[in-house]
Amino acid sequence: MRSSELAPAVISDPVTTEAIVLAGRKPRGRKPAGRPIKLERGDYLLRGISYVTVSLFALFCLLPFVLIVSASFSSESEIMKTGFGLLPKGFTFTAYEYIFKAPGQIIGSYVVTIIMTVTGTAVGLLVISMTGYALWRPDFRFRNQISFFIYFTTLFSAGLAPTFLWIGRTLDLRGNYLAVWLPLLMTPWLIILMKSFMRTVPFEIVESGKIDGAGDFRIFWQLTLPMMKPALATVGLFLALGYWNEWYLSSLYLGSTVEFKPLQYQLYNVINTANALRNSVAGSNVSITDLPSNTLKMASAVVATGPILLVYPFVQKYFVSGITVGAVKG
Amino acid sequence: MIQNRMLLFMCLPAIAFFLLFSYAPLPGIWIAFTNFNYNDGIFGSPFVGLKNFEFLLKSGQLWLLTRNTILYNVAFIVLGNILQIAIAIMLNEVRLKYFKKISQGVMFLPYFISVVLVGVIAFNLLNYDTGALNALIVQTGGDPVKIYSTAGAWPLIIILVQLWQSTGYGSIVYFAAIMGIDKGLIEAASIDGASAWQRIRHVILPSLKPTFIILLLFSLGGIMNGNFGLFWNLVGNNAALFATTDIIETAVYRMVMSQNNFTTSTAVGLYQSLFGFAIVMTANWIVRRMNKDYALF
Repeated sequence: MRSSELAPAVISDPVTTEAIVLAGRKPRGRKPAGRPIKLERGDYLLRGISYVTVSLFALFCLLPFVLIVSASFSSESEIMKTGFGLLPKGFTFTAYEYIFKAPGQIIGSYVVTIIMTVTGTAVGLLVISMTGYALWRPDFRFRNQISFFIYFTTLFSAGLAPTFLWIGRTLDLRGNYLAVWLPLLMTPWLIILMKSFMRTVPFEIVESGKIDGAGDFRIFWQLTLPMMKPALATVGLFLALGYWNEWYLSSLYLGSTVEFKPLQYQLYNVINTANALRNSVAGSNVSITDLPSNTLKMASAVVATGPILLVYPFVQKYFVSGITVGAVKG
Repeated sequence: MIQNRMLLFMCLPAIAFFLLFSYAPLPGIWIAFTNFNYNDGIFGSPFVGLKNFEFLLKSGQLWLLTRNTILYNVAFIVLGNILQIAIAIMLNEVRLKYFKKISQGVMFLPYFISVVLVGVIAFNLLNYDTGALNALIVQTGGDPVKIYSTAGAWPLIIILVQLWQSTGYGSIVYFAAIMGIDKGLIEAASIDGASAWQRIRHVILPSLKPTFIILLLFSLGGIMNGNFGLFWNLVGNNAALFATTDIIETAVYRMVMSQNNFTTSTAVGLYQSLFGFAIVMTANWIVRRMNKDYALF
C-alpha cells in the first residue's frame, strides 16, 4: 500500500467550498497506551491555551442559537423596548400560539419538506451509489469517460439565466415541486465522494461474486452495498441537509405559485415580507399591526430549524469520527 | 463490452441527470451574444456580438463584482484555513474526552442550519431598533449604529459569519488529518527534545500540507463563485451596501429575478465560468509543476 493511501486526503465541494475528510484509516491508537514522555512547561501552556480557545470558539458558535430561542419566547413589547438579548424578556408563548392557532400552513410546509427530504435522500443515495460503484470498477471500460463527463460540470456551467430558462420555460417545471426535487438529487462532488469510499472495498469481492455467478448489479446490491454503510450514512446526511435547508430553487421555480412552500422558503418569506407573515397565521383574524412580528419571526425560525437540530446528535458521530474511509487521491 | 452493459446501465440515471441539468442549458449561453426577447426565443433573438460585454465593462460593474467576489473568497480561504488548522491543532491537545466531544459537537452546529436562519441570526444581532448589539451599546450609554446602511461594516460581518458557519466543519477535516499522523513520529520528536511549538512546526504542520493543497485547489476552483445564499440572506437587495457586498451571483440573481434581464446576466455568468475555468487550469498547472501527486488532474 502506498503511503499516500494512508495519509488522509481531503476534497471539497467546489461549489459551496465545503470540505470533507477522507481519512485513510480509522484513527489509530485513539488512546495512546499511557504517555511515556513527561510534559514540559510549554506543553502545559499549549494545553491551557487550547482549552480556553476551544471553549471560547464553541461559545461563539452556540450563542446565536441561544439568542434566537430566547427571542422567540420573549414578549414583543419588551423586545421593542430593550432589544434582543440572551435571556427571554418577559417569558411568553405568544409567538408559538400565533403559529399554531392556524397550523395548516406550517403543517403543509412540514409535509412538503419531509416528503422531499425522505424520497430525495433515498433515490439520491441509490443513484449515487450505483454510479459510484460502476465508476469504481476498474474493469468498467467507460469509467474515465463518464467520470470526466460528470466532473466537467463543476468546471464549466451555463450559469443562472440559461438554466433558469431551460428548467422553467423549456421543461416547463415552474410551480412544480419537481423543479426543486430533481436538481438536488446528486452533485458531481457526492458521486466522487462515493467513488472514493469504494476504494476501501477489496476488488476481490467482485471476483468472488463473479465466480459464484452473480451479475454486476447483484454484486453491487448484495455484496458491496452492505460494506458501504459509513459512506451511505455520510452521503445520505449531505443529501438530507440539502433537501431540508433548501430555499433557493424554491425561490426560483416555486415562487408564490404553490400553496405549501418548503419549510426554509416559507421561513425566508416570513422573514422578508410582512404579507407572508400574516398569511402564515391566516385565519387568526388579526391585523398586521397587532402581530408580534419580531418574536413571531424568531419562533418561525425555531420551528423550521428544530427537527434538523434534533436529528443532529444522532448523526454527529458519522461526521466526527472518520467521516469517510479511503483517500480520494492516491 | 458485453460484460460492461450492466455497469453502463447503472450509470444511466446519472448521465441523464447531468445531460438534463448541466449540459442541456449550455447552448443557452448564446443569450450573452444576443438581444434576447421572450417571443423570439434564444436563437431567434437578434445577434449583437460582444455588445453586452462592452456594456458591462464600460459601466464598471464587472470590475466591482469581480473585485468583491475574489476579495471575499481570498479572505475566506486564507482566514478560514488558518482558523481551521489552529482549532484542529488545539483540539488535538485537548485530552478530556467529553470536553472534546461536546466542543466538536457545538462547533459543528452552525454548519447544520440553513442560510435563511443565518440571515435571521444576523438580523437579530445587528438591526437598528431591536438588535442585540445596539441594545448592548445603548445600555452602556452609546449611540446605536445603523449597520444595515453602513457599507464599510459588511466585509467584516460577512467574513465573521462565514467563519462562524464553516470553521467547525473545516477544522474536523484537519483534525482527522492530524489523527492520521503516525503517533510514533510525534513521540520521537518529543524524545528528541522538541518543544510543543517545535512539534507543531516540524511534525504536525508539514503533514497537513497535502490536505491543505487539495483544499486550496478546490477552493481556487470556486473563487469566482460566492457563497450566494449567505450573501443574499445577509444583505439581500439592499442597494446601500452594494459597493462592498455585491458579488457576481447576487448581481446575476437580481438581474434574473427582479429585472428579467437575461442578456446581461448571461454575459456575466459566461464571464464568471470562463474566468473560473482559467483559474483552476492555471492553479492545477502550477501545482502539477511543483508536485505531480497534489494536482487534481
